[in-house]
Amino acid sequence: MEFKLPLFPEQASSVAGQVDAFYLFLVLLTTFFSLLIALMIVFFIIKYRKRPDHKAEQIHGSTLLEIVWTAIPLGISMIIFVWGAMLYYHLQNPPKDALEIYGVGKQWMWKFQHPGGQREINTLHVPTGRPVKVTLISQDVIHDFFVPAFRIKTDVLPNRYMHTWFTPTREGNYHLFCSQYCGTNHSGMIGEVVVMKPEDYAEWLASGKAEGSMASMGEKLFQEFGCTTCHRPDAGARGPSLLGLYGRPVRLSDNRVVIADDNYIRESILNPNAKIVSGFQPIMPTFQGVVSEEGLIQITEYIKHLSQQDSEPLTNRSNPAVLRDTEVPTIQQELKGRGNEPAAPSGKKP
Amino acid sequence: MSTAATTVKPVMPAKHYLNDNYGIRSWLLTKDHKRIAILYLCTITFFFFLGGMFAALIRLELLTPEGDLFHSDTYNKLFTMHGVNMIFFFLIPSVPAVLGNFILPIMLGAKDLAFPKINLLSWYIFIVGAGFGLAALIGGGVDTGWTFYTPLSTGYVRTPVIVLAVGILIAGFASIFTGLNFIVTTHRMRAPGMTWGRLPLMVWANYAASLIMILGTPVIAITLILVALERGFHIGVFDPKLGGDPVLFQHMFWFYSHPAVYIMILPGMGVISEIVTCFSRKRVFGYTFIAFSSIAIAVFGFVVWAHHMFVAGISTYSALVFSLLSFAVAIPSAVKVFNWTATMYKGSVSLETPMLYALAFIGLFTIGGLTGLFLAALGTDIHIHDTYFVVAHFHYVMVGGMVTAYLGGIHFWWPKMTGKMYPEAPAKLAALITFIGFNLTFFPQFILGYLGMPRRYHAYPPEFQVLNVLSSAGASVLAVGFIMPLVYFLWSLKFGEAAGDNPWDAKGLEWQTTSPPPTHNFHEVPIVTEDPYNYGEEANVVH
Repeated sequence: MEFKLPLFPEQASSVAGQVDAFYLFLVLLTTFFSLLIALMIVFFIIKYRKRPDHKAEQIHGSTLLEIVWTAIPLGISMIIFVWGAMLYYHLQNPPKDALEIYGVGKQWMWKFQHPGGQREINTLHVPTGRPVKVTLISQDVIHDFFVPAFRIKTDVLPNRYMHTWFTPTREGNYHLFCSQYCGTNHSGMIGEVVVMKPEDYAEWLASGKAEGSMASMGEKLFQEFGCTTCHRPDAGARGPSLLGLYGRPVRLSDNRVVIADDNYIRESILNPNAKIVSGFQPIMPTFQGVVSEEGLIQITEYIKHLSQQDSEPLTNRSNPAVLRDTEVPTIQQELKGRGNEPAAPSGKKP
Repeated sequence: MSTAATTVKPVMPAKHYLNDNYGIRSWLLTKDHKRIAILYLCTITFFFFLGGMFAALIRLELLTPEGDLFHSDTYNKLFTMHGVNMIFFFLIPSVPAVLGNFILPIMLGAKDLAFPKINLLSWYIFIVGAGFGLAALIGGGVDTGWTFYTPLSTGYVRTPVIVLAVGILIAGFASIFTGLNFIVTTHRMRAPGMTWGRLPLMVWANYAASLIMILGTPVIAITLILVALERGFHIGVFDPKLGGDPVLFQHMFWFYSHPAVYIMILPGMGVISEIVTCFSRKRVFGYTFIAFSSIAIAVFGFVVWAHHMFVAGISTYSALVFSLLSFAVAIPSAVKVFNWTATMYKGSVSLETPMLYALAFIGLFTIGGLTGLFLAALGTDIHIHDTYFVVAHFHYVMVGGMVTAYLGGIHFWWPKMTGKMYPEAPAKLAALITFIGFNLTFFPQFILGYLGMPRRYHAYPPEFQVLNVLSSAGASVLAVGFIMPLVYFLWSLKFGEAAGDNPWDAKGLEWQTTSPPPTHNFHEVPIVTEDPYNYGEEANVVH
């Protein structure tokens, strides 16, 4: 048993100090008002205790006092609201230049992949001094990515990507907890975040045996699944071109315009008919149960990569080419061409 | 205590609701709201101690960092059954169905509730619902957590979720019936002269809670039916694998379950208003403000549900709106606390057991309420959401607040319910032990939470052990504080002194009838001529 009794977790991210300051303000406020009420009660008990010579003085109330003790808490709570909202807004909006790491939660482990393709399980290596954005998805139930030392947390949902970000400031090993109850081994779904100096992190990345960058793995899957059959940049393609797609607005067949972000791309692969790009036919087969969550992330990374290359602006054709049904491969035909499911994550650790 | 009749020893009335009729049939087929309240009292006392037993086992497991006492599945079942028992089968019916059922019609000067048969039906429905709950327990227990989050509850766990969901669904109708009865009774059955401005604050509080019961409970019913349909028939609503959205479940669940917190706490606040005025011998400070703050809490309580979901994937803007609204609901609670405290000012304060509980309530509820601000504030909620900070916060409100108010109310009205006085000395001791045990149990959990210990953890890192041991030690003290009243209340039934009609020399119609009251509450219809809590005009006292 350890007999240290700390009141705060370690501060290892750029926001930890800010959250602690806000928390401390709330603690002082709570202490002040709790003591105020407690002391008043004790004072009244003593001063106005029941005595034979003393009779209660009947008072009905005071509108002025009611206004005062409605207005003051209201004012204070608005300060708390604005302060808390500003912190939240900061924490919800990762900087554009953040290092992007992907994570998949499943009962009961965490899998992470770095952009260079390095994978790890229940451990996450990050460098100091640089914002890190973690994009997370769950393979089964809802999990929650919680690093107390960074004061950040986000639920990890099974149907869409969630993000969190932090800038590690201090080297060390910190707890990673799943904090959304996820079944039998919930309390075992823990891990470690290893914060390293940038040069050590670079060295660690280099020592990791990656099969290739995430984008290149995505490209491989893209070829393997035959996506290129339809998603070609030329005018006669049956599917919309993906060049320059990521992060751009897309007009749908019902005239809605959506932004092509991670969640849009994931949905378009798993449930292609949910959003049909204007000028195209709903002919794409679903890849539900065919591509793993890691695979989806890699394909998304590849598509993102395509948009970073010099690309023409996204064009939506108004005259879709006439298609013969036989031209469209079914998913069975697609699958025949390749082996089994994509290899399970190797979990190779450097 | 009695000032008017210190020399004359009070005696039990010759005929009252308890000896009006004998035999098991006279209880099981009764339409008397007082007897139904007693039936509820026995039922929920059982569930309180059952839920408490689960809590004790949880605290035992958490003495050591390793999950060494139970298998993790067993532990998960323990906290699920603790939460479900305590919330659905104890806290929600506690003050309304026991104290409210007993006292509300008498406070209004009515013979009974508006629909006595529906009142009895409510208890039977509750028993059926609770029976399903017990069946789920005997069938192995459920391990979803009391929150039943999807898709875990619908597609992953292998425990009798549907049985428990049906139990909660059925028990919900019991609470709808109670709410319906309270609302109609308050509107239609007030005695002559009992205007809305003269209603005891206990009635206002139960009225506000009844509004929530009627409007909110159907939503949890719908939600649980959808969970059962998805789990039993794979109709996709919440599970993404079936095309559903798991966050939808959270919206629906909290749309009821957040207001349900106010179903639990509002009637408790009503109890406190009665006790504080009586033992300060003073009119309540700011009657109108306390009465309307109850209604305000009921109304605002419906628009804050998504503050349980700040990190669950709602948009930044909805998070901002729900955070703002959550602060709005804190204000009426603060107003109540200030008014209760001000009621003591220039009073004539004495510290009988009910008052000890009431003062404990004010203190603990203040802490519980203020720590709620940490969770309503977006910046801190990210860190402390789903940690022991939340556990500590809601136990301060639900146990430090609600259970304390319930115990205070039971002590306050026990003489009225049974005609017997409980022994004052052990009762004061029990109140003190409860207060100390409670703080020792739950205060360390605030620190644990901020340090980052997630809730529902079967095993935890060793650095959290000191605080967990403190908490478990506190729980054993708390258990003593809860078991003592059970013993001396039962003792008082046989050996307690006759209480007399008005042992506290309190105002309110319930103290003008005999203790225990006759079956129809009053020998003649009372006529109300004065404001509530008209203390200080002792000349007007009838008895």
